[in-house]
Amino acid sequence: MKIAEIVSKLDLTVISGINGLNREVTGGYVSDLLSDVIGNAKEGSIWITLQTHQNIMAVASLKELAAVIIVKGSVPESDTVRKSNEENIPILSTKADTFTITGMLFKLLEKK
Amino acid sequence: MNIHRADFHIHTLLSPCGDLSMSPANIISAASRKGLEIIGITDHNSTRQSELVKKLGKEKGIFVLQGAEVTTREEVHCLAFFEDPDSVKAFQQYIDMHLPDLQNDPVIFGDQVVVDENEDIIYIEEKLLVNATTVTIGELEKYVRENGGIFIPAHIDRMKNSIYSQLGFIPGDLKADALEVSRRSTPENFASIKPEIRRFSIVTNSDAHFPEHIGMVWNNIQIEEISFKEIKMALSGINDRKIVS
Repeated sequence: MKIAEIVSKLDLTVISGINGLNREVTGGYVSDLLSDVIGNAKEGSIWITLQTHQNIMAVASLKELAAVIIVKGSVPESDTVRKSNEENIPILSTKADTFTITGMLFKLLEKK
Repeated sequence: MNIHRADFHIHTLLSPCGDLSMSPANIISAASRKGLEIIGITDHNSTRQSELVKKLGKEKGIFVLQGAEVTTREEVHCLAFFEDPDSVKAFQQYIDMHLPDLQNDPVIFGDQVVVDENEDIIYIEEKLLVNATTVTIGELEKYVRENGGIFIPAHIDRMKNSIYSQLGFIPGDLKADALEVSRRSTPENFASIKPEIRRFSIVTNSDAHFPEHIGMVWNNIQIEEISFKEIKMALSGINDRKIVS
């Protein structure tokens, strides 16, 4: 499933990295410890986190993640947004908390 | 130039995890026994006990840096120190403004008290001090720098509440006076695993929560005379002031 489709089905807001919306999503990963994401997230996943520091984009790029969903309506720092645009890895935002958005994404990806 | 012993990371009984035996008087006598001449008082998200430690330290010839171990929004622990009473006070207000209004439960987290010279309790901190503040690590660093303070991300070798655990790696644009390696490792050992930290000064501190842990490790610091400015210079490694080991 493409990110753009997930954006519309889960009613996400695209904050940045708009050129990456055609990326294919192959799974998901949920963690707020970047050391854990570096160790365990799989390529092509959407990563759900509450972290907004610019290091999230470096990790997303390193692990070739499809996109990052930031929960609870948090706003990423300007450096984070800039890196997302440079790397073409979208930052998506939701007002929902991690539990809720993870459940919705899981259901959506499971159907495929 | 002279060499002085410094342990920059010591909790008092105000930290919920700090033992009740960590009174200002006990801290100063333990530091004195260990031959420390410079100590940092760094309670979790509070500076409220540091003034008395400073006063008692002065009487015993121990220079006390007043500060706190702040938990950033990313849950990274960072040491921050300020030079004069006004900037410590302003910093306390800054922390109070950014620490969520959640109640401490002493049964779960421990007591959060400030004592006077007679070790009578004069203040009970109701807010949960071990919680994260709402400031990002970048915002905190900027505040400390703009107010002439010293900024040291804590125990970077630990996989809990450290830059590496929370943020994966040292942010490329991080500014810091030094990085702290805990007493569970050594600056040399950790720098051999993470060579990128060599661009910073590295200090090692006890992170003492009990009197017997004070000065378990320390830094030999080469300065002209003991003052906040000289210590800051040594951390930056300028004018031949430096951390010797």
